[in-house]
Amino acid sequence: MTGFSGKRLVIVQLSGGNDGLNTLIPFRNDEYYRLRPKLGIAADKVLRIGDEAGFNPALEGFRKLFDEGAMGIYNAVGYPNPDRSHFRSMDIWHTASNSDEYLNTGWIGRLLDANCPGSENAWYAMEVDDTLSLSLKGNYQSGFAVKDPQRLKTMMNDKFFDEISANQPVTEQSSELSFLYKTLARTTASADYIYEKSKIYNSARIYPQHELGNSLKQIAGLIGSGMESRIYYTSISGFDTHARQAEIQQRLFTVVGDSLYAFTQDLKERNEFNNTVILVFSEFGRRVKQNASNGTDHGTANNVYLIGGDLKKKGILNTMANLTSLDDGDLIHQLDFRNIYAGLLDNVIAYDHVKVLGRKFESTLI
Amino acid sequence: MTDSQKIAHLYRRAGFGLNIRETPDGALNDAINKILASNTQFDELYLEDEERVTAAELLAMNPEQRKEIIQDLAANIKKLNLQWIKIMGKAEGQLREKMSLFWHGHFAVRVRGFAQVESYANTIRQHALGNFRELLMAVSKEPAMLKFLNNVQNKKNSPNENFAREVMELFTLGRGNYTEHDIKEAARAFTGWGINQEDEFELKTFQHDSGSKTIFGKTGNFEGEDVIAMILERKETAVFITRKIYRFLVNETVDESRVRELAESFHANYDIPQLLRQIVSADWFYAPENIASIIKSPVELIVGLNRTFGIAYENPQPLLAVQRVLGQTLFFPPNVAGWAGGRNWIDNSTLITRLNLPKRLTDASQLDVDVKNDMDDITPNEVERKKSGNTFQCSFNWELFGEKFKEISDDKLWEALCIQLLANTMLLQMPDKLKVQAENSNRAEKIRLMAIYIVRTPDYQLS
Repeated sequence: MTGFSGKRLVIVQLSGGNDGLNTLIPFRNDEYYRLRPKLGIAADKVLRIGDEAGFNPALEGFRKLFDEGAMGIYNAVGYPNPDRSHFRSMDIWHTASNSDEYLNTGWIGRLLDANCPGSENAWYAMEVDDTLSLSLKGNYQSGFAVKDPQRLKTMMNDKFFDEISANQPVTEQSSELSFLYKTLARTTASADYIYEKSKIYNSARIYPQHELGNSLKQIAGLIGSGMESRIYYTSISGFDTHARQAEIQQRLFTVVGDSLYAFTQDLKERNEFNNTVILVFSEFGRRVKQNASNGTDHGTANNVYLIGGDLKKKGILNTMANLTSLDDGDLIHQLDFRNIYAGLLDNVIAYDHVKVLGRKFESTLI
Repeated sequence: MTDSQKIAHLYRRAGFGLNIRETPDGALNDAINKILASNTQFDELYLEDEERVTAAELLAMNPEQRKEIIQDLAANIKKLNLQWIKIMGKAEGQLREKMSLFWHGHFAVRVRGFAQVESYANTIRQHALGNFRELLMAVSKEPAMLKFLNNVQNKKNSPNENFAREVMELFTLGRGNYTEHDIKEAARAFTGWGINQEDEFELKTFQHDSGSKTIFGKTGNFEGEDVIAMILERKETAVFITRKIYRFLVNETVDESRVRELAESFHANYDIPQLLRQIVSADWFYAPENIASIIKSPVELIVGLNRTFGIAYENPQPLLAVQRVLGQTLFFPPNVAGWAGGRNWIDNSTLITRLNLPKRLTDASQLDVDVKNDMDDITPNEVERKKSGNTFQCSFNWELFGEKFKEISDDKLWEALCIQLLANTMLLQMPDKLKVQAENSNRAEKIRLMAIYIVRTPDYQLS
C-alpha cells in the first residue's frame, strides 16, 4: 500500500512523571486505597481489564485497545538507583545509561551512529517537534526534528539557504565547516522530501484538539503517504501532578487515549498497524502515598505501554506493582527499561541491541 | 597568517571576539599581554532588588509563601543568566569571562536557590584565572555544589558517595584513575561538609567521620582538604584539566603530546594564567588546522553577535529561549558532566535556528521554533508549551559598526567584512543576488546587507 516495508516504532513520551498507579489502577489492592484516601479511584469507576486492574476512566481509548488485543502492559518498569529529578531521569531514559553514567548520545542517536540499514536517510528517525530530544542525538548522526512539514519547507524556501549552499567555499579548510554545510544540505533536501510525501495523504479523522493530537495525526499522514521513517518520536507534557492530579490526569488522559486510538484506527485503515509498535513511557512514576495537595510527588518505577496490531505478547505482561514492599515509599522496579529497548531494537528495528545499548540486556519479546 | 588575523583569532578564543570598537591592530605579543593582563577587576553577579531567603527560613514558611518564593527563585536564576550574558558582552576582562564559562561547564551545577547560584558563579569568576588548587577547593565548598551533589546528605553513619565520585571522575582525575575504594574512603573524608543556617559552608563535626582512611594507597585520618590535596598531587589531574582546556581553546581533536607537555608545567603549580599563556603564545595555536576549528557554543554565538554589533536589548528575555533552543542555558547545565560541545550542538533544528538568528534579531521577530517545556519550571502544568512569544526587541549599533570600515572603499567592503567577521581565512564568494542588492543601496544599507548575510553563514558558526 505504501512504499514502506518492515516494522516501525512510534514513541510517545509523557513528560513530567506520569502517575502510573492512577493510570492503571490496582483496584483490588487495599494498600492503594489506604495510601490514597482522596486520590484513589473507586473500583466501580475504573475501566476494568481483568480481575486486578482497570484504567483511569478517562482512558477509554486505552481500554478499547486493550480489549482489541492491541496492547501489552509492563508494570513497575524502571532501573537501579532511580533518580527522581525530571531532567536527570529523562536523560537516563533518553540515553539508556545507568543512573550514575552521563552519556551525550541518545539510544536512537546511537542506532543511527551504528549505521543500521536505512539510517543514511536523514528522516530515518523523525521527531515531530521543533527541537530534537537527546534520545535522537548521536555522535555523528542525529534524528530529524520537524513539527510541521509545510512550515519547515516554507522556512527552508528562503532563497538565502540556496545562496549560501551555492557559495560554499570550495576548498574545505576545516572538517567542521564541511560538517555544517552537509547538515544544511541534508536539512534542505529532507524538508523538501518530507513535504512532498506529506502532501500525498492526510488523515480525515478527527483527533483531539491538542499538540499530541496534531502530532499523531501528522505521523499518521506521513505513514499513510509511504514515508520511509523507521522511528517517529513525539511527546506530551503536563504530567508533573504535585497538585490537582485528578483533574489534570482526566484532561491529559482523554487526549492521550483518544489521540492514540484515532492514530491506531488510521494505521489500520492504511494497513500499517500490524507493522507498527507504539511505546508509551514516562521518566518516572510517582509516590504511592498521596501528598497533602491532592497530588503525588516524584517516584520511581512506572508502567510502560506497548501498542501494535501484531504484538507477540499482549495483556498485562507482569505482576502488578508491589505496594507493600517499597523503597522509602516508592515502587521497586521489576523490569529494567533497557530490556524493553533491547526488545524493540531486536524485534522491531531488527538491529542488534548490544551495538546500541552497549551491553547485553534481556530483550523482551515484542 | 597576518598578525591582524592572529589577533582576531586570539580574541575569539580567549574571549568572545572583538567588540564593536576594537580592531585587530598592533603586534600579536602586545595583544597576548593585554588579554592576559586586563583581568584583575570584575563585576560580581548580584541581584540587587531581590530578597534573600535561607533554606532554614524557607522551611519555616507556610506552603503558599513558600510556593511564591520558589517561583521567584526560578525567575531570579534567569535574571542572573541574563546579567552574566550582558557582562560577557561588555567586560574588559574577556579572558576571565571565557574561562568562567569553561569552569561553569566543568564544575557543572544546577540548583534552585538563586543566592546559591550567585555565590557559586562569583566564586568561579573570582578564581577563573587564579590557581586551580584554590578554585577546586572553593567550588567544592560552595553550598550549590554540596547541595547538587548530595553532600549535605553525606553523613558519618550513612555516607553518600556522589560528591566524592564526581570530584574524581568529572572534576579532576577522570575515569579509570581511581578505584571504587578510593571513592568510598574519600566520601568518608567529605562527610559533614555541609551548609549552615546562613547558607554558608560549615563542617558539621558530629556528622563527620574523622577516622582512619586509606586513599590512593596511603593511610591516615584524612580530612576533605587532604583528599583534594592528594588528588592534585596526581599528575592525571593536571593532564585531565589541561586536555579539557585544550579542547575548549584549541581544537576538539587533541594533540596528546602537546597536552602532556603543557600538563607537566601545569602540574608543578596549577597556575591557570601560565597555562593559558603557553597555549595562546604557541605557534601551533595559530596553525591552519586550529583556525575556524571550533563550533561556537550557543553562549559564544549570542555574546559574539552582541559584541560585534553592539546590540542593545530593550527586552533581553528572548535570549533565554535562544539558549534553551540551542541547547545551552547558563546555570542550567544538562547534568554534572556539563555540555558536550562540538558537533553535539548541531542538528537540523539548531543549525537553522543559528543561521536565522541574526535575521530574527534585526527583523524584531520571534524564533522560528517553540521551546520544549522545561520540567524545572515550578508549574510546568500551567503552560504546556513555552511559547517563545517573546519578540526580539533590540537594536544594532550600525553607525558605530560602520566606523570600522570608513577607510574602505565600496568595492573592498565585502572582503573587509569577511575578514572582520569570519574565522575562516578563505574569502567567501559574494552571491549575485546580494551584489545586485548592494549596488542599488546606499553605503549604510550595503554594510547592513552584507554583514547580516555573512553572520548568517555556516562559516560564522566557527571560531
